[in-house]
Amino acid sequence: MPGLPDQHEPVTLDTFLRGLWEENPVFVMLLGMCPVLAVTNSAINALAMGLASTFVLVASNSLVSLLRHYIPKQVRIATYIIIIATFVTMVDYAIQAISLDLYNALGAFIQLIVVNCMILGRAEAYASKQPLGATVVNGLGIGGGFTLALLSLGVVREVLGSGSLFGIALFGENFQPWVVMILPPGGFFVLGAWLLIFSAFRLRKQRQLDQEGVAQHDS
Amino acid sequence: MNQEGIAQSPVSPALTRSMLRTLGLVATLSGLLVVLSYRTTLPIIEENKRLAIERALFKVIPGAVSRRDFVITDRGIEPAQPDLSGTALYAGYDLDGQLKGVALEAAAAGYQDVIRILYGYDPNCQCIRGIDVLKMAETPGIGDKIAKDPAFLENFTALEARPSTSGSGLEHAIVSVKHGDKSEPWQIDAISGATISSKAIARMLNDSAQRFAPLILNNLAVMEAAS
Repeated sequence: MPGLPDQHEPVTLDTFLRGLWEENPVFVMLLGMCPVLAVTNSAINALAMGLASTFVLVASNSLVSLLRHYIPKQVRIATYIIIIATFVTMVDYAIQAISLDLYNALGAFIQLIVVNCMILGRAEAYASKQPLGATVVNGLGIGGGFTLALLSLGVVREVLGSGSLFGIALFGENFQPWVVMILPPGGFFVLGAWLLIFSAFRLRKQRQLDQEGVAQHDS
Repeated sequence: MNQEGIAQSPVSPALTRSMLRTLGLVATLSGLLVVLSYRTTLPIIEENKRLAIERALFKVIPGAVSRRDFVITDRGIEPAQPDLSGTALYAGYDLDGQLKGVALEAAAAGYQDVIRILYGYDPNCQCIRGIDVLKMAETPGIGDKIAKDPAFLENFTALEARPSTSGSGLEHAIVSVKHGDKSEPWQIDAISGATISSKAIARMLNDSAQRFAPLILNNLAVMEAAS
């Protein structure tokens, strides 16, 4: 029983870069919001969460891509979930082995990578139709975009909320930290600000493209 | 697969076999990978946990460099054994093997969630020598000061927990008082603005010390002999 039909496309730099900017999972697709808001209260938590998600994304999508011709489409979601859960469990043990403090800081959100829709979405929309090479490159791009987005939030929230970056104090003793930034509402504020900036950029680019189109039409 | 799909095209035996084969294969592979990573990381994780306990332990028992595990049972205090259940108690010794103090876990409901701490009890001065917060979800910047605020931790350099003459409970209950009102050695100077978190610490220390301080002093020989 063949899986879904393949839709090959050449692997280019764009396969990777698309995940960072055009299809950024957080700022453009708004996927996986739960860890984005919950664990970005410090830069190190954000980085660890981003890297863990990237590993699960790349590893699980590689396996999905390798098995894509053998997975009957009726049980594909169940198969993807088993594969994703396996790699999440491995990451869970790995983080406990690396640092218990980090593990405690990330809490249940490591296990919750299983239900991160960004990863299942990539498996369904990309890995199940593409060969291994393209899947790995695309997964690294999307994972990189996710990590980048988490870091953008984590850095801003830690600098404003704790007056430090990666645990190193930035300001003098008399800096009054903006505590709300490391509390849940701060996550929404900073995410909102980043989305505003991203949308403004894209709108401006769109307008430029439109104007060029009009100019060409006129000439 | 949805209900309509089943009604329209009955699942052929070949498809069923294919689905079973794929799921079986993937599940086996998954099991293998999980067991493999579990076995690889287990010794490192155990070592990490041991280090975390010792780091906390040596922080709450000043001067301790080695530890031994004990269990509080109905019969008193006994050296820890895998099949012995009860409240865990850690004894800390200095370089000469002298008992410097014992550490116990205590817990109470805080502002957001249960706060769990490890505290060190010094049988010589019959006082609490230090606390270390193991787990909490207090508000950052407010309630979480119980873990870091130097002025608050100053309360636990010699917090009196002397058993009463009758031998059950403490002579003076450990209580938290308004910031700046501390006048007795058994009082905890609360953090201003974090009254609930401060009270939770006082409550858990009081509950635990009322129960265990007399017991610890009655069983000192067991722990002194073990060094």
